[in-house]
Amino acid sequence: MPNVNTPDLLVIGGGNAGLCAALTAADRGARVLLLEKTSAAWRGGNSKYTRNIRVAGPEYTEDEFLADLVAVTGEGIDRELAALAVDRSRGAAEWMEAHGARWQPPFRGTLQLARTNRFFLGGGKALLNVYYDRAVRAGVEVRYRAEVASLRLANGRFSAVEVDLPQGRREVSARAVVVASGGFESNLEWLRRYWGGAVDNYLIRGTSANDGRLLRQLLDAGAMERGNPRGFHAVACDARSPRYEGGIVTRIDSVPFGIVVNREGRRFADEGEDLWPKRYATWGRLIALEPDQLAFSVFDSRVRERFIPPLFPPYEADSIEGLAGQMKVDPAALAATVQAFNGAVDPDLPYDIARLDGCGTRGLQPPKSNWALPIDRPPFFAYPMRPGITFTYLAVGVDRTARVLDGSGQPLENVFAAGEVMAGNILLNGYVGGVGLTIGTVFGQIAGEEAAAYARAG
Amino acid sequence: MPGLADLLEEANRQVTICNACRYCEGYCAVFPALERRSILREGDLALLANLCHDCRACYQACMYAPPHEFAVNIPAVMSDARLESYRRYAWPGVFAGLIARPGWAAAGASLLVGLLALVAVVLRAGLAGLFVAQTGPGAFYRLIAYELMVAAGLGVAAAAAAILVGGFYRFWRDAGGRGRTLLDWRLWTVALQDGVSLRYLGGGGGGCHYPDAMRPSPARRVYHHVLLAGFALSFAATVAAAVEQDLLGLLPPYPLLSPPVLLGVAGGLGLVVGASGLLVMKRHEMAAAPGLAGPRARALDAAFLILVEVVAVTGILLLVMRATAAMGPMLVAHLGAVGGLFVTAPYGKFVHAVHRFAALLHDQAETRTT
Repeated sequence: MPNVNTPDLLVIGGGNAGLCAALTAADRGARVLLLEKTSAAWRGGNSKYTRNIRVAGPEYTEDEFLADLVAVTGEGIDRELAALAVDRSRGAAEWMEAHGARWQPPFRGTLQLARTNRFFLGGGKALLNVYYDRAVRAGVEVRYRAEVASLRLANGRFSAVEVDLPQGRREVSARAVVVASGGFESNLEWLRRYWGGAVDNYLIRGTSANDGRLLRQLLDAGAMERGNPRGFHAVACDARSPRYEGGIVTRIDSVPFGIVVNREGRRFADEGEDLWPKRYATWGRLIALEPDQLAFSVFDSRVRERFIPPLFPPYEADSIEGLAGQMKVDPAALAATVQAFNGAVDPDLPYDIARLDGCGTRGLQPPKSNWALPIDRPPFFAYPMRPGITFTYLAVGVDRTARVLDGSGQPLENVFAAGEVMAGNILLNGYVGGVGLTIGTVFGQIAGEEAAAYARAG
Repeated sequence: MPGLADLLEEANRQVTICNACRYCEGYCAVFPALERRSILREGDLALLANLCHDCRACYQACMYAPPHEFAVNIPAVMSDARLESYRRYAWPGVFAGLIARPGWAAAGASLLVGLLALVAVVLRAGLAGLFVAQTGPGAFYRLIAYELMVAAGLGVAAAAAAILVGGFYRFWRDAGGRGRTLLDWRLWTVALQDGVSLRYLGGGGGGCHYPDAMRPSPARRVYHHVLLAGFALSFAATVAAAVEQDLLGLLPPYPLLSPPVLLGVAGGLGLVVGASGLLVMKRHEMAAAPGLAGPRARALDAAFLILVEVVAVTGILLLVMRATAAMGPMLVAHLGAVGGLFVTAPYGKFVHAVHRFAALLHDQAETRTT
């Protein structure tokens, strides 16, 4: 690689966080080499499946944003970093626009995210296309099929990487490195460590490229471990989806419109606990804890048209027993569950899916706290669901400058991290829609700023 | 080119994915329109295909585009479906086959009309008269009878227009159009604005991803506008000539600074510049994105654009050489090309203008009622 023997900055990983780091550093005059593991066609990591970013603004205060984050993640959140992400999210949209992003109105029939999120036109791949184009025009050199085999670290300093290119293994040195290589969700062996055989029933709804190799290396080299090894952002996905890269179209959004039963035909959680945007990301984990990691969203014709239809058609039958046959669930058990549910529904309560309507069940365990309509209007429908893992919450610890921390909490001089590889500092459980993009964008920018400043000072 | 059943099946497969995703909703009218339908029938597909301006923004944005196993390629499906809609609404059906052979159709029709014009000239002025310089008022009509030229021109234009209007109506009806909306002038106003402004060639703001797949550019919209202006000015030149001749009693050829000539020259230049720009970009995009538009759609575009160029160039040459002995052959060539353009209008790319407008009109009606 004659041109890039000594870039100022190496960015490892070509998703949103990596591109934000590369663009920011290039804006500051740094010579940047970006190494993307996949081919150009598959570039963009999980970011290519995204569509919105959560940002604080006039209608969504920083306090509310931070409170939403703390509410889902709970104990263990790094409040300082979370507050930093929230604070800088206010300028994120403007920065994105300045780097070519375009916006569109929130979609019809989608999550009620208009107040808290900005939607980029065309979704994440369109955003990344613009970022790549801008990066190349700003002088960033992008290498595809460039898989980093190892980082050279000595005495808390980074010196070089060994990278596998189509033409063979090369060593590239740089003044600083930004690790933006994602989590380990595509690495089934690693997931199996925490989840055992259940992993065989998981769908990885994002990229197949995130094997966590650099996360592992940093941790093995003594970087501080943060986050939650069993934590992940996971939603309910159609069980018939491809193993990897299914993306948004495999997500099942019918849950609040009916009931959810497991393989045994029993309900196991409150389908109407809170507004779907706040709850959609709990169902991946809930299903992961059920037998065979399998569950079904069951509903009737009354609500059939009220949610975005996913990729595959639902099972359909004129009777609950017939539906159970297709689900391979005991018909008597499912019929009993539906009957008990219908018996606990109060038909006189007002129904409104757009708010917490209090139209809940009476005397049912678990309850359905809102939007409880009887399931009695044939034909009946069901979607089979599996946990769809989006990204993992095991992370390297970082400080406010996005520098990776060592085991004692001291920042490494020239090793930065951004995106999912460090999201676990802020996310340990649950998820709020669009915050992955917030973390990637904000910490990508911080890493780019700090790394460029470091490289120029050195 | 796949058959209609295969095309519908593939379109429905892809549109199901689009409907579950909706990331492209902000690009154009196609995506909101497909979200209003759960299953596409033939008329729906024709509507979507003609709402699609082939700007390709959705393809570049699509994380399910090849090599993803979902293999979503909306521009390619829509390109095939547009061609299918041209074929389906062509009348009489026996000429629909011309759409699959646009080069032969354009060349054949032009040669045929040119031959008829040649016969008319020879019958009137003799073979030698074809090569005699003619000047002064009525020069053209000493070669070809005024009544014949007007009757043939109006006849062919009227027949083409009637056939296109019939296609417009059947397209609109199959798309779900209902009687009253055809009389709603507000819908016509908005649809005309969308059509004339080429709104959706904006591709969501940055322009078309065409000819460069990664850097959107307004170039296609600009050249298309220039082409459209060329047509409009040429039409205006014809009207101006009719006024001078039939109302003011002035026979052509007209002086260089007269309205018909000025308008005609401007129109001809617009046609040449617009068509050339679009043709050059087509060469680039064919190399850059071979999988997006089908070869037949490209051939249809190219045949039309080349014929437009021939019309414009022969028209300009006729103007330049009108006082010389070459006027006769140039007149025959120009009449042949113009005639070919009109004769093939209902069986070639010109149908695009009619279908596009019908699609925009119906889309307006739909968005107002939902």
